[in-house]
Amino acid sequence: MQSIDDQDLGTPAAKSEQLVTLEIDGREVTVAAGTSIMRAAALADVQIPRLCATEALAPFGSCRLCIVQIEGRNGFPASCTTPVDAGLKVRTRGERLEGLRRNVMELYMSDHPLDPFQCKAGGKCELHQMAAAVGLEQMRYPAGHNHLDLPVDDSNPYFAFDPTRCILCSRCVRACDEVQGTFALTIDGRGFSSLMSPGQHQHYADSECVSCGACVQACPTDALMEKSLLERGMAERAVITTCGYCGVGCSFKAELRGDRIVRMVPNRNGLPNHGHSCVKGRFAWGYATHPDRALKPMIRKRISDPWTEVSWPEAIDYAASEFKRVQKQHGRGAVGGITSSRCTNEEAYLVQKLVRAAFGNNNVDTCARVCHSPTGYGLKTAFGTPAGTQDFDSVNASDVLVVIGANPTEGHPVFASIMKRRIREGARLMVIDPRAIELIRMPHVEADYHLQLQPGTNVAVLNALAHVAVTEGLANERFVGERCEPAEYAAWKKFIVEQRNSPEAVERMTGVPAEKIRGAARLYARGPNSAIYYGLGVTEHSQGSTAVLAMANLAMVTGNLGRPGVGVNPLRGQNNVQGANDVGSFPHELTGYRHISDPKLRAEFEAAWGAKLDPEPGLRIPNMFDAALDGSFRGLYVEGEDVAQSDPNTHHVTAALSAMEIVVVQDIFLNETAKYAHVFLPGSSFLEKDGTFTNAERRISRVRKVMEPLAGYEDWQVTCLLSNALGYPMEYSHPSEIMDEIARLTPTFSGVSYEKLDRLGSVQWPCNAEAPEGTTVMHVGQFVRGKGRMLVTEYIPTDERTSARYPLILTTGRILTQYNVGTQTRRTRNVLWHLEDRLEIHPHDAEQRGIREGGWVELTSRAGATTLRAQLTDRVPAGVVYTTFHHPESGANVVTTENSDWATNCPEYKVTAVQVMPTRRIPERPTAEQIIRAAEQQIGK
Amino acid sequence: MDIHHLARMANQISEFFATGMEREAAVTSTANHLRNFWEPRMRREIIEYAKNDGAELGEVARAAVLTLE
Repeated sequence: MQSIDDQDLGTPAAKSEQLVTLEIDGREVTVAAGTSIMRAAALADVQIPRLCATEALAPFGSCRLCIVQIEGRNGFPASCTTPVDAGLKVRTRGERLEGLRRNVMELYMSDHPLDPFQCKAGGKCELHQMAAAVGLEQMRYPAGHNHLDLPVDDSNPYFAFDPTRCILCSRCVRACDEVQGTFALTIDGRGFSSLMSPGQHQHYADSECVSCGACVQACPTDALMEKSLLERGMAERAVITTCGYCGVGCSFKAELRGDRIVRMVPNRNGLPNHGHSCVKGRFAWGYATHPDRALKPMIRKRISDPWTEVSWPEAIDYAASEFKRVQKQHGRGAVGGITSSRCTNEEAYLVQKLVRAAFGNNNVDTCARVCHSPTGYGLKTAFGTPAGTQDFDSVNASDVLVVIGANPTEGHPVFASIMKRRIREGARLMVIDPRAIELIRMPHVEADYHLQLQPGTNVAVLNALAHVAVTEGLANERFVGERCEPAEYAAWKKFIVEQRNSPEAVERMTGVPAEKIRGAARLYARGPNSAIYYGLGVTEHSQGSTAVLAMANLAMVTGNLGRPGVGVNPLRGQNNVQGANDVGSFPHELTGYRHISDPKLRAEFEAAWGAKLDPEPGLRIPNMFDAALDGSFRGLYVEGEDVAQSDPNTHHVTAALSAMEIVVVQDIFLNETAKYAHVFLPGSSFLEKDGTFTNAERRISRVRKVMEPLAGYEDWQVTCLLSNALGYPMEYSHPSEIMDEIARLTPTFSGVSYEKLDRLGSVQWPCNAEAPEGTTVMHVGQFVRGKGRMLVTEYIPTDERTSARYPLILTTGRILTQYNVGTQTRRTRNVLWHLEDRLEIHPHDAEQRGIREGGWVELTSRAGATTLRAQLTDRVPAGVVYTTFHHPESGANVVTTENSDWATNCPEYKVTAVQVMPTRRIPERPTAEQIIRAAEQQIGK
Repeated sequence: MDIHHLARMANQISEFFATGMEREAAVTSTANHLRNFWEPRMRREIIEYAKNDGAELGEVARAAVLTLE
């Protein structure tokens, strides 16, 4: 069922600029060429009855309810599949037409429960709406064969399929095909035997369905319904907000009944997602009201003490007094803070402001440190600004897509659907990844090249691709001549053509056959529009920044920048990684990525903030931990971040946290880091606050409060309370005032305001006088920094090497149904799909070690050891093992090391030398059955 | 702070710059990087180490660190 306030014009908008005028029911109508008669009529406020048509899907012409008559043409064509033509005279009404429609409708209703009061979709059932619209008042057919005894499939945790209500319109099947691109549904059988079927006569839960919910949204009846609607009742109103999961930043309508959320529906007008969503955004929001939510402020003197619940003033005063005591005893630089990519721009801005103005130092960092900080360094160095170059819709103009170190179908599923659609339209695909990700081969998608490289060799492969482009005459010399620094290009060109960068030379170290690299390079360089999309498989390496620079070099030398369809684009892991960085969360930069050492800039902020600023860069997160262990850093304010679980080398992190005198955790749950905290301040979920998120395409979107904060305060208010208690006043009455302050102080945000966001829906920065409605594609005509920089990107192997003791390489990643360290998704029904993290190991490596499918193994590295169950698969090559990190008890980061990117200290999560051996020491963990039982209890099954 | 760790980080930085430019430029770029991204206590400790020992620092890294004083 569509959102309660969606207006549906029946078929998608046509893209033509050419206009056509026709007549519908005597009215003259002018629309774009290619528009359907149905849509043209709807635009003229003439509603033609329909069932199988929706503007979210291509016209199908199966229900025959939308028939019209066209002067001079025979028969009764379906208005959804008939395009407009100049001078057409269309009639949508008339005795014959209406009689035919009633007959059609009567047939539908003859095999459907007749009592509209039984309809679970309430007044939103399109079947009952259409029955009324065509004037069907009685049935002529007696009871006969029907489908009214078919059983309900409620195997999916979030929605149910009642086949007795299905009218076989195929909207669900087409949504799965066209929108999601999974092709999990079909109409099975013929004639009266036809039934909608997930997979091959399977229940939803057993099929290939990825639970994106597109079918549920597309269903015109109550055949497919969200269980939350069935449990809580139909919505009465909707609030537009932005998803709190990944960096795609989908726009959603939170639908409410009274003040209670009944479901989340992706917003059809949302530019990142165009009405689509994944299982997390649409369904996994129950954590917001989970009983585990910690809603009372708490304090304790020592981390070995039990927590004591206290009032907000007591907790805030205690935290502030402890920070002040530590600073008095150990110096101004002995404390710091961490902003969160889960929180809003306004909240991240306030935390960094608190650190800089109230603490008086620059010891502020953000979780981007451990994910995309090399993107910041690399893209800023090459292009002048550390952000993706395109909007998501740019994919629709791409001829070649390169996916490197990213797994979009798992990590960024809605963007993956956009990519898959473009690939089905004919775009070519190259995947660079040690692991055979799903995109390499799935229904109607097959990569032309999978460069299955050894972990840690991205730079060598990227250099080899550029080597081929240059040495085979595929460089765009004109682009480089006009757009790039000539001296640096000359030095880079001299470097890149060296034989040691050739595919043949790097074949052995990368494991990628030279011919494959040559073919892939030709494909990319010839484009004509080639776009790079990358993830943490690029950045989380000791040469993460080098790899980002190497991708920038490749794009520049082939001229793939500055127009739709091209570019270099990070796929950001968290909802507001981009935004948290934009608003000054890095220790060396104020808002808009401007260095703290600039005296003129500092003077502007000092005047605005009324505080003296330290001109020196502060500690980054890993530096904070190192400094804690040497005693020079003793206090930390952590907002919405779980460093004890997410950061590498857990023993090191927890030792550092344990060494601190005051750790303040502000979060919605008592997370792993809270075990080392002295003050706990309850946070608010994205549903409980106002603000903005900025997604991976630089798009700033509003987050709107859907329900009151359960603990009494939105996170920005808590930061204000703490700052006030520290003696630095922060007085804001609404986050819009915080955004106004960011806009005043930040040239790339100067045109941003809540009024504009409410009016336009969203804007992509830069948004200022030159680009008042934002900037879709960056670096058009020239780079932000002027000329592009092409730096030499020598491949320097990581120090993390395999050895006889640690012969395998561990790499890590995410799974569709869980999200990062699982704090949220483990507290939803998603847990039914991913009960535990498992270690993927190649059957050859497993056999050598006597490891069986599902058997317990000990995973050991130079940093530590943990125990997991094994999963034998050839998705990973021999010599490489892989795991996710969604469950704290699996402790993936116990084994990751402190190796880090040379430029940014981003940890090298993706390369850890390990040994894997079977173990009889089975950890004390709940069994799968116990986990399922607990989850079912949790969800009230 | 762990001086071995700091020395290793400084070496990583200098290795990147040393591969793409002449020695003097690499020294300058490394020093600029340390100045722009390292907190003062980190710089103080690595300077102290470079002056008194510096054995674990590469040649470019050590030269860069010594220009930070």
